[in-house]
Amino acid sequence: MTQRTGRDRYEGLQVPGYDIPDEVKGNVIVTTLNRLYNWGRRNSIWPMMFGLACCAIEMIATAASRYDLARFGMEVMRPSPRQADVMIVSGTVTKRMIPLIVRLYNQMPLPKYVVAMGACASGGGPFKEGYNVVSGVDKYIPVDVYIPGCPPTPEALLFGLMKLQQKIEKQSLKDVYLQKEEYIPEPILGPDIMDPRDFPLIREYTMKKLQEMQGQGAVSG
Amino acid sequence: MTTLVTVPDIETRFAGVITPDTRKGYQGYIVEAEHVRAFAKALRDDYGYDYLASLTGVDYLPEGKMEVVYHVYKSTGGPGLVFKVQVPRENPVVPSIVDIYPGANFQEREAWDLLGIRFEGHPNLRRILLWEGFWGHPLRKDWREPYFEEEGKPFSSRWPHGKHFHHEDKNPFGKNVDYPPGFDPYTWEPDTADEILYQAVLQRSEIRDDLRTERVVVNLGPQHPSTHGVFRMIVTLDGETIIGLEPVMGYLHRNHEKIGERNTWIMNIPYTDRLDYITAMANNFGYVLAVEQLMGVKPPERAEYIRVIMAELTRIVNHLWAIGFLLNDLGAFFTPALYAIEERELILDVFEATTGSRMMNNYFRFGGVARDIPEDAWDKLVQLVTDRLPRKVDELDRYLTNSELIQSRTIGVGVLTAEEAIAYSTSGPVLRASGVPYDIRRADPYSIYDRFDFDVAVRYHGDVYDRYLIRIDEMRQSLRILQQAVKQIEQEAPRGAPILAGKPQYQVRVPPGESYGRVEAPKGELGFYVVSTGKPNPWRYHVRAPSFVNLTALEAMCRGHKIADVVTILGSIDIVLGEVDR
Ligand code: SF4
Repeated sequence: MTQRTGRDRYEGLQVPGYDIPDEVKGNVIVTTLNRLYNWGRRNSIWPMMFGLACCAIEMIATAASRYDLARFGMEVMRPSPRQADVMIVSGTVTKRMIPLIVRLYNQMPLPKYVVAMGACASGGGPFKEGYNVVSGVDKYIPVDVYIPGCPPTPEALLFGLMKLQQKIEKQSLKDVYLQKEEYIPEPILGPDIMDPRDFPLIREYTMKKLQEMQGQGAVSG
Repeated sequence: MTTLVTVPDIETRFAGVITPDTRKGYQGYIVEAEHVRAFAKALRDDYGYDYLASLTGVDYLPEGKMEVVYHVYKSTGGPGLVFKVQVPRENPVVPSIVDIYPGANFQEREAWDLLGIRFEGHPNLRRILLWEGFWGHPLRKDWREPYFEEEGKPFSSRWPHGKHFHHEDKNPFGKNVDYPPGFDPYTWEPDTADEILYQAVLQRSEIRDDLRTERVVVNLGPQHPSTHGVFRMIVTLDGETIIGLEPVMGYLHRNHEKIGERNTWIMNIPYTDRLDYITAMANNFGYVLAVEQLMGVKPPERAEYIRVIMAELTRIVNHLWAIGFLLNDLGAFFTPALYAIEERELILDVFEATTGSRMMNNYFRFGGVARDIPEDAWDKLVQLVTDRLPRKVDELDRYLTNSELIQSRTIGVGVLTAEEAIAYSTSGPVLRASGVPYDIRRADPYSIYDRFDFDVAVRYHGDVYDRYLIRIDEMRQSLRILQQAVKQIEQEAPRGAPILAGKPQYQVRVPPGESYGRVEAPKGELGFYVVSTGKPNPWRYHVRAPSFVNLTALEAMCRGHKIADVVTILGSIDIVLGEVDR
């Protein structure tokens, strides 16, 4: 077996150092369970069917015939978080929407991935200074891939998703299985959006502000 | 251009109650708050102004006044009329006109939500874009957002000094939040708005006693495959039949108006792209018209033609998209949409070659357009509008119109009568499918639409099927306009003719005054109400979004139908959340 095909060379897939009987050649593939498993996983990533804003339109265009997301095994958009592997946050995340996004994220089964599509989901985008806009979905949930653009072109989205595939390829089976379910507390709509983990900080801040105001009142009054 | 009128007759009739608005650059009347209902009623019944286009508020902080601005038109066409009510800023209370113009419903709620103007007598005056419990009314001029930097752009730290910093580093929480002094999060009652809402819906849907079936409240959205974005509906059902429906929005409220008032005039053009993100060019059109009215500039011939060409192409893009996704909602999952998107991509190629971007074109400028259409894109465009698109529209028509499945799901569903359509201030295809031939391109012509030979598409049944058919009709009419435009532009303003009046400039001078620019956007009447004080930033920047106002009629359309039809009816209104929530 001297001739090596491109396939043999594929990422260290080496020819074993012993003779292979002729009748078995071409019929047996030796690989690691890890690679086999990841090969299956990365080629069947099911995104969650949920669009937030303008970027969602480009996401739909990517799924349509010209760009054809199906080539990557990702055309199966699932409306239910229970059946989804990746959440493409496609658009501006508002304070009113973030509790629901966190809830959807919590409902997705492991292993789960998040792609922040576009400037808004990555960091607030053109609307960053808005009073109702969350400046980046990563303020609340972990993000695996950021795709810049406003909106990212379909090509950029495909590139981002291929990056995600590469990431999946590198994961080891053990890590994926032993991953702990991490529950993110849902933010609460108060006078402004409140992260339950921030409560002590919020109280400290508002009390200080009150004292400052009363202090000023005492001086001027 | 929108023109506004004064009616001498009404001045004598309401002498002492109304005064002409004499501020420089302003028009119309100022009406005493307590007489606004009588005035509105007279306008509607005796003078024929039966169509309330826009209602919004303005905060005149230096004068200590809140102003509510009403724009009314005649549904038979012609110029409109504007009137205003001024109330003190501390306690702004204005009588509601919802029972006279039902189309004011959501717009009054919006003014309450964002400006804190209380409309007395409104049946359901709750916040609409923000949530109950939100701190303050953000469009008031003295309200500051957590990432506040300065009153107006360009911020002195950024320009000319170019010192960039991250707002996150300055905020104690590292994110875009702020809380009132003395607020204690531990005692905060997590919001019961949902339960209140469910209760309200149950109460408002009339009780039928004969058949005591259990009423069920179903929530659709905001994450739902067929709500076209993050839209939410709370539906009360009697069996399978809808007896009440409450749209809930604001999940994509991106503060266009607050940001728009901090921006300079020209900075708002790219923001308008993101209102209705499928029809960016049409949004540009409305905004530049409003500002051009104030500035008094007129674009050169070639720019006018290019604008019309782009706006009509946008209409085709939008209607293709709308039809594709209406079919999606009917259950023909994605196949018709694939056909529609194929054509859309070809039009977007032309946009991309011309403007540099597929969707967010940022193409119009005050007094013209940013650049000319490149030659190869022009050839493609001519080929598209003369050959390919007409064929493809016919193809779509052939595949869909006579399909029995479509007909049985859509005929007679979601009927809106002509009277209701006008009363609810619906516009665009929704209004015209109900038998009202009102198209701003004809009724109140702007730009150079008076030069083209086209028909106002109109259908008479007001059901989902007609709303589908009218979109096919409109695409054909748009193609007619386009075919004339590509011919005329070669003769009237060939390549090389100017496309911008004056020099390109970053800082335009806009004289003080108000203006309302309205265009027939693909979804309906898109209006921009802008107020200038002569500064580099608009004092008020309001968007009258067709999708938002059209939703007022949703409940009336859905009542009495089955739950499965809600999705279809919503699809036939064709909303885009970027514009509904702004
Ligand atoms: S990144 Fe741009 S295109 Fe995407 S949602 Fe934000 S504003 Fe819209």
